[in-house]
Amino acid sequence: MTTTLPEARRPPEAAERGRPHRSPRTTGRRNWAGGLAGWLWLVVVAVPLYWTLITSLKAQSRYYAENPLVPPADPTLDNYRLVIESDFVRYFANSVVVTVGAVVPAVVFSFMAAYAIVRGPRMRVLRAMNGLFLMGLAIPLQATVIPVYLIIIKLQLYDSLLALILPSVAFAIPLSVLVLANFVRDVPKELFDSMRVDGAGEWTTMWRLAAPLTRPAILTVTIFNALTIWNGFLLPLVLTQSPQRRTLPLALWTFQGQYGVNVPAVLAAVVLTTLPVLILYAFGRRQLLSGLTAGFSR
Amino acid sequence: MSSHTGQSPGRPPRSILPWLATPALVVFVGFAVVPLVGVFALSFTTWDGIGTIHGSGLDSWRAVLTDPGLPHALWVTFLVMAVSWAVQTPLSILLGTFLAGRQRYRAVLGVVYFIPLMLSSAAIAIAYKALLDPNFGLGAGLKLPLLIQDWLGRPGLAFGVVVFVVSWQFVPFHSLIYQGGVQQIPKSLYEAAQLDGAGRVRQFFSITLPQLRYTVITSSTLMVVGSLTFFDLIFVLTEGGPGDATRVLALDMYKRGFQAGLMGPASVIAVILVLVGLALALLLRRLGGRDAGASQLEGA
Repeated sequence: MTTTLPEARRPPEAAERGRPHRSPRTTGRRNWAGGLAGWLWLVVVAVPLYWTLITSLKAQSRYYAENPLVPPADPTLDNYRLVIESDFVRYFANSVVVTVGAVVPAVVFSFMAAYAIVRGPRMRVLRAMNGLFLMGLAIPLQATVIPVYLIIIKLQLYDSLLALILPSVAFAIPLSVLVLANFVRDVPKELFDSMRVDGAGEWTTMWRLAAPLTRPAILTVTIFNALTIWNGFLLPLVLTQSPQRRTLPLALWTFQGQYGVNVPAVLAAVVLTTLPVLILYAFGRRQLLSGLTAGFSR
Repeated sequence: MSSHTGQSPGRPPRSILPWLATPALVVFVGFAVVPLVGVFALSFTTWDGIGTIHGSGLDSWRAVLTDPGLPHALWVTFLVMAVSWAVQTPLSILLGTFLAGRQRYRAVLGVVYFIPLMLSSAAIAIAYKALLDPNFGLGAGLKLPLLIQDWLGRPGLAFGVVVFVVSWQFVPFHSLIYQGGVQQIPKSLYEAAQLDGAGRVRQFFSITLPQLRYTVITSSTLMVVGSLTFFDLIFVLTEGGPGDATRVLALDMYKRGFQAGLMGPASVIAVILVLVGLALALLLRRLGGRDAGASQLEGA
């Protein structure tokens, strides 16, 4: 774990020329304060997660009577059945459609823009675009939600999944362009030159040379955006209305409104909606974590 | 587009490069730049969110600026920002330093620490709401009087809960940043300090902390600017309550606009939100003397 992040994030040549070599800071003596904080934080993080999981497996009728921190003697999946019967399959599908539908264009467009910005540093148009994207980093999504809502109504997209996709793409672009441009910049200039000598145009060079060489960064950006959009709550809250259009976080919230007293069922819904992300985490932890700190590598 | 592929060597005078950036530009302008300008424009109008929009000059601004709700929302926003910064920063530095060690068990602990980062704010808020319930929650189940409180029903407690849950969610992210920072400190500094007989604590304060200066700025910028946009979590956890004890600016905007149907005043709040965010980002950037990154990661 301690050695994964920088490698996953930058091409090797960048790591070599830039900063001093990392090295684990072992001094032979113990870090008592850190160790204590470390174990305490483990408890702080793990107890709510553990409680959520075991409670979701308890029968509603009996869960008060039991010690809340002891796993159920006879675990039941009834709560999960209730959640699935409450149309969560549809909400799951909605979340998948919105996430895939937004992440793919966001990453493709951002990559193309990043490529153009790096390859045409002397073009004034591109410099202006770059400045605009950088400025976009400082715009908080919440502050623009009212005009976004107005635009979506005017486009007659209100209460559709496309309404969620379009602003999600827009807000993914600034950080994606920034991160991807940093990586395209690390592709050695000689490689671009030799592509040109071979007669390749920018379009070919972009997909045949730059894209394969920046694949780790593209993956990182994809993961980060997917996580952000998958977990998004405000846009679905404001831009959709009918139950058929709910995405998972919004569905979770309305489910709690309906079944608030049925704590095990609510927690089963929480577990179920986070399960896909946790499965991904189990398999792709390195990429996920490097995706989260993308852009802040120095 | 593929017609461009066969171009002759030597960069053609009319490059396709600007066209490559165009799709990103169009979407970004349409759904981020236009709304940003639009929110300024809407702040000079009256609109209930459904009917027609009427220009109304400075009415909305006057209404918001004379409303005692505004200083309150600003104050709550500032408090959430300051207290959650003060709680998260030392913890994140400590944990980041701890995680940077190469012992295997630390990596294993790290796996657990980072789970909250994957979860949506809505899911976290809902789980905590259930956990803190005075009748059905964890405290009631354990029969521990200390834990059986009306956590979300009393102003002071609700504020504390918000700060706690924010920290629970975001300390891992900042630990990750600090972990990366600590790992970049040259080992030779510690070796030299050890030769000079400096102890563990001394090394931490005279090497680790000063070397982490830029990391502190980066992490603080993200925390401070990000805290302006805590919406999901507080909305689900407390809806700004009890009363308006946790009604931060972002919530104030939503409630005025989408619940009370006052889009004009809500746009005024949004403009204030943008201005405060930009001011903070610039201030912290000047403090750090270099680009400390963006505000968008808060949702991670």
